[in-house]
Amino acid sequence: MTHQSPTSLPMDPPVAPMTSMERVLTALGQREPDRVPLFLFPVMQGARELGLSIEEYFARPEHVAEGQWRLRAKFGHDCLYNFHYAAIEIEAWGGTTLFRADGPPNAGAPIVRDPEDIQRLSVPRIEDSPSLQRVLEATRLMAGQARGEAPIVAVVMSPFSLPVMQLGFERYLILMHERRDLFEHLMQLNERFCVDWANAQVEAGAHAICYFDPVSSATITSRELFLATGREVARRTIAQFKAPAAMHFASGRILPRVADLFDTGTAVIGVSSHEDLGELKRAAQGRLSLLGNLNGIAMRHWTPEQADVAVRTAIRKAGRGGGFILADNHGEIPWQVPDTVLMAIAQAVARWGRYPLADDQDD
Amino acid sequence: MSSSDALLQALLTLNRVQAQELLAAARAEHSALEVIELLIRPALEQLGQLWEGGDCALSQIYMSGRICEELLEELFGEISETDPSESEAAEPRLAIAVLEDYHLLGKQIVRTVLRAAGYRVRDYGRQDVETLVELVRSDGIEVLLVSTLMLPAALRVRALVERLRAVAPDVRIVVGGAPYRFDDQLWREVGADAVGLSAGEILAILERLEVKP
Repeated sequence: MTHQSPTSLPMDPPVAPMTSMERVLTALGQREPDRVPLFLFPVMQGARELGLSIEEYFARPEHVAEGQWRLRAKFGHDCLYNFHYAAIEIEAWGGTTLFRADGPPNAGAPIVRDPEDIQRLSVPRIEDSPSLQRVLEATRLMAGQARGEAPIVAVVMSPFSLPVMQLGFERYLILMHERRDLFEHLMQLNERFCVDWANAQVEAGAHAICYFDPVSSATITSRELFLATGREVARRTIAQFKAPAAMHFASGRILPRVADLFDTGTAVIGVSSHEDLGELKRAAQGRLSLLGNLNGIAMRHWTPEQADVAVRTAIRKAGRGGGFILADNHGEIPWQVPDTVLMAIAQAVARWGRYPLADDQDD
Repeated sequence: MSSSDALLQALLTLNRVQAQELLAAARAEHSALEVIELLIRPALEQLGQLWEGGDCALSQIYMSGRICEELLEELFGEISETDPSESEAAEPRLAIAVLEDYHLLGKQIVRTVLRAAGYRVRDYGRQDVETLVELVRSDGIEVLLVSTLMLPAALRVRALVERLRAVAPDVRIVVGGAPYRFDDQLWREVGADAVGLSAGEILAILERLEVKP
């Protein structure tokens, strides 16, 4: 016997499905929409759709807009994602990007070699960066296509995490611990840049900002350090965004400090497959929505059955009452994940994500 | 509280002064190698376990390792001055590298742990497959530690292993880095001999491989 939701019973009047925008907004309002929203983040896969290399794909905004549009048509997920690659922000600061054929581009050599140089840095203007302008144009194209039917999710690197690319991780950790004066100055510069960049994307048509902040995760920094640094940076920065924000920790752990995030201004947190969704949901107390947490690395080898189980388990743990968007746990689906897996995930969401949840009716 | 527990607490709070006092007190009673074995090694291993369990952060591991490394420079100096058996020829040939990736922190942490535990390790920095194979072969490396952060780099380890098996079949390859933590079969998939899920694990792995400082 198969599960049937009440809306599918023959006696019920037909119910029009929600648009992706309605679905997402309802879920973020801590209510149950027609089904669990699905945010697939196939950042690079558009290149495959268009028969281009990853570098060629990101070179033109028309490619990215078309690629993301085709992927959404294929998998039926509930957002358009304008993210190109993290190092694109570093390009605006004068840095370089290294492309590879089979994965995300990396930042080249750090732009700050001597920490004292931080005092001579100046904040790049968004309008002066051809790279950022490409992202804005891709966002405008997506907005023109979607016409409000699906949210456009934009991305910024947090001021607190950007220095990993600006200085290199090691130099940044030393700066954070031993040169608090220069650290604070760098945060001021980065905050100004981050706010400008976020709001430029909102002006171009983005509906929400994904604030990538892995350094604020419990994986990278101690709670004491986070409270004194990353949380304050997030609070100051997100308050100036002209759209709702999701803090994403790029697979880093966050469970021990969920309550510390309540007053950062974030509405959503991106959570790791290394933590239990049920525990995260309880910790969020209906004050934050969850985004996650399918294991993008492991899904390279998933069978359709494994995808089905993973989706069902996630929905069972976090779907009840809304406040949950199913996604991968890193904010980027690896290039190596086959389309068949992404299709199986989408189909499993259609199967298990319909509200009221089938697993609720079993209870 | 044992001395190594006290050192662990000092390192977790990044209390360099206290760590220095503990090492100095231990050095008054033990040889430099004994200090490493009795104090530093257990503390670093425990730090790794805490990180694995989500109970301490990478920043603490890195800064702790840095403190240990600085404090040990003196001890290591003593070892080479007083023990002629510590000649380079007698040491295990151990090397560490980052493969095709620009994130060096993981490598630095593991290198620090190894140094703090008394190992000498050649640091090849960031390398591509071909150059790394040549370095390993020409230096006669016995154990190669490979750190990666990004999945494509982790997958490239397979090519590295295949090339090394052809030219230096006895080299053992230990991998580590984020992708291996999210897919517990990935190290087997790429043909590595072992995986370290945290920096502290490297000491137990080397012990299993019978590689002593």
